[in-house]
Amino acid sequence: MQINSLDQLIKIREGAMKKVNLRESGEDAESITELMVGMATCGIAAGAQEALDALLDEIEQQALENIRVVKVGCIGYCHSEPLVQVNMPGGEPIIYGNVDAERAKEIIQRHVMKKELLDNAILNKTFNKA
Amino acid sequence: MDRMRSHIMVCGGTGCTSPESEVLIDALKSELEKVDYEKEVNVIRTGCFGLCDQGHVVKMYPDNIHYVNVKKEDARDIVNEHIVKGRPVSRLMYVAPEEKKNENKKDQTGFSKKQYRIALRNCGLIDPDDIYDYIAFRGYEGLARVLEEKTPSEVTEIVKQAGLRGRGGGGFPTGMKWKFTLRSPGNEKYIICNADEGDPGAFMDRSILEGDPHSVIEAMAIGGYATGANTGIVYIRAEYPLAIKRLQKAITQARELGLLGKNIFNSQFDFDIEVKLGAGAFVCGEETALIQSVEGSRGEPMKKPPFPSESGYLGKPTTVNNVETLANIPSIILNGADWFSGIGTESSKGTKVFALAGNVKNVGLVEVPMGTTLREIIFDIGGGIRGDKEFKAVQTGGPSGGVITSADLDTPIDYESLKKIGSIMGSGGMIVMDEDTCMVNISKFFLEFTQDESCGKCTPCRVGTKRMHEILDKITKGQGSEEDLDLLEELAPMIKDSALCGLGQTAPNPVLSTLHYYRNEYEDHVIHKRCTANACEAWNKYYIDPGKCIGCSLCAKACPVHCIAGAAKEIHVVDSAKCISCGICFRACKFDAVIKPMER
Repeated sequence: MQINSLDQLIKIREGAMKKVNLRESGEDAESITELMVGMATCGIAAGAQEALDALLDEIEQQALENIRVVKVGCIGYCHSEPLVQVNMPGGEPIIYGNVDAERAKEIIQRHVMKKELLDNAILNKTFNKA
Repeated sequence: MDRMRSHIMVCGGTGCTSPESEVLIDALKSELEKVDYEKEVNVIRTGCFGLCDQGHVVKMYPDNIHYVNVKKEDARDIVNEHIVKGRPVSRLMYVAPEEKKNENKKDQTGFSKKQYRIALRNCGLIDPDDIYDYIAFRGYEGLARVLEEKTPSEVTEIVKQAGLRGRGGGGFPTGMKWKFTLRSPGNEKYIICNADEGDPGAFMDRSILEGDPHSVIEAMAIGGYATGANTGIVYIRAEYPLAIKRLQKAITQARELGLLGKNIFNSQFDFDIEVKLGAGAFVCGEETALIQSVEGSRGEPMKKPPFPSESGYLGKPTTVNNVETLANIPSIILNGADWFSGIGTESSKGTKVFALAGNVKNVGLVEVPMGTTLREIIFDIGGGIRGDKEFKAVQTGGPSGGVITSADLDTPIDYESLKKIGSIMGSGGMIVMDEDTCMVNISKFFLEFTQDESCGKCTPCRVGTKRMHEILDKITKGQGSEEDLDLLEELAPMIKDSALCGLGQTAPNPVLSTLHYYRNEYEDHVIHKRCTANACEAWNKYYIDPGKCIGCSLCAKACPVHCIAGAAKEIHVVDSAKCISCGICFRACKFDAVIKPMER
């Protein structure tokens, strides 16, 4: 498919926005939970792949539905890699740092399933964006 | 299954008088128990909120209300009012201070965050492998608007008015560069994206290409339209395999949607991008050397003029822009020149990404408005010095820059102010050094890098940096003399004045600036023959006290390079020629017989 005009681009955008609104505002039409894993070179070097695999395993184990895992770029908090951001409908996104396989499981079992935030792992977003 | 309905997040950063935060957490928990809410409301400890001067900061989740200066006596009100009755405690609520610096910060709601992301706006937010994620965040709208509504010369004017300057380090106004290329005669023009990030410690360009490749693609198409180029080339170092993979995938996706190729947005404008891999030479970040390398020749700089905007790639007018510079373009088109020029200082507009590294607690990638002070970056965003040591200096501009001491920490950062205090903006590497850093050793490190990376075309750089490195090496080995310092001071300006390109012209900067600010350390090395920071190899060897050694051989067994000799029950000796100063023997010894270098 080719995009031939601004109007067409904006129409396509409206479709795509449904998927990403959750990330910034916690508003969501689809009531899907989203897990974002920082997978730039730095994150992968710090073990983001293990965290990602553990998240996927645990989602399968717990047979969770309405959840998706997204690979994203560098979030900037290199000091606490690997990073996982949890976006759930109705709440502001939460960023977890130093996520190893163990903590990844905890994120699914406690945060996603019981809506319980994890102690000592939350990073605060320290930036605004254009 | 229990479900937490609410969370009280208490700042557990070291700045927030951490022993006290335990008391507050306990107080909140016991208040919750009194009202039987302990199963529904969770008290958790989080990282720093970046508001350390406001005492205890508590955040209510999911309500997103911040309380500041919270004391343990306030726990009752927070639980009884906020949790039980659902009424925020207004006397504790955070009020953002009047924003002094610029208009733009006013629209930042809630927290006065120090960081503002333009170039990194989508990094960590979108899936770089999915073009629709980028489109959802207004991706390619800038390109569409430019093609449907603006002439090329209007676009160059917007970029000029915005005040965007080259983020690779030079700081040349991007709008002017575009105008020059647009004005150059000819039908065949090029726009090159410089992704040859070679400054040790800097990785913002890689992060942008890995996290948001489409922003660079869109910007190159906009730049191509504005300058009359139909071909874009991304010159990227082969050491960035993931960035290359994601960029190539993004280019393919853009082609599939017709956002690259023929007749983009039905505007008769054709544009496509190819990727060229570089072998990773520092000098290829210099635009003329880069063009040589793209053409397949050796990466050696050429003299200017002619500038690439007149005669660049294949002798055709060419614009060379850095990755971070380009990543700003789509936002400037969408939000306007006034929006962008409203951020930053008089001479430097917008934001700058810094790779914060070295002895700082929160190592990472930060993007701050120009005019932010080094103190804010290192202490507020970076969390201060690791291990709570003393701050000594910060190096900006990598091997082309200089050190900045604590006296200049409150300088608002822009291209001019950094030059004034003897450093440069550079591409944004920021290496923080604590009290245990030896300044002679640091400048030796940078000179080792530049003399290694010198392409060899001009003598001042090829020979001069080599000689400087030799002198520094001599000093760190304890063989320097006072004359060597004079020699360094004589050689440095000579290289600066006579080298052909930026690499040589800036190579002596680390030496000049450390000599200026830390001459006493150089003198310690050459006169008193000591290195107070314990870093230079002449003085950093371990030693075994014969009076205390009982010959247990624990140290010899632990030594990874087998440089400790001695039979059992005999006194052991360190071979200082082999010693790597790792300190393992010191920790292995149970009789305090191993002496640290500085304590001899």
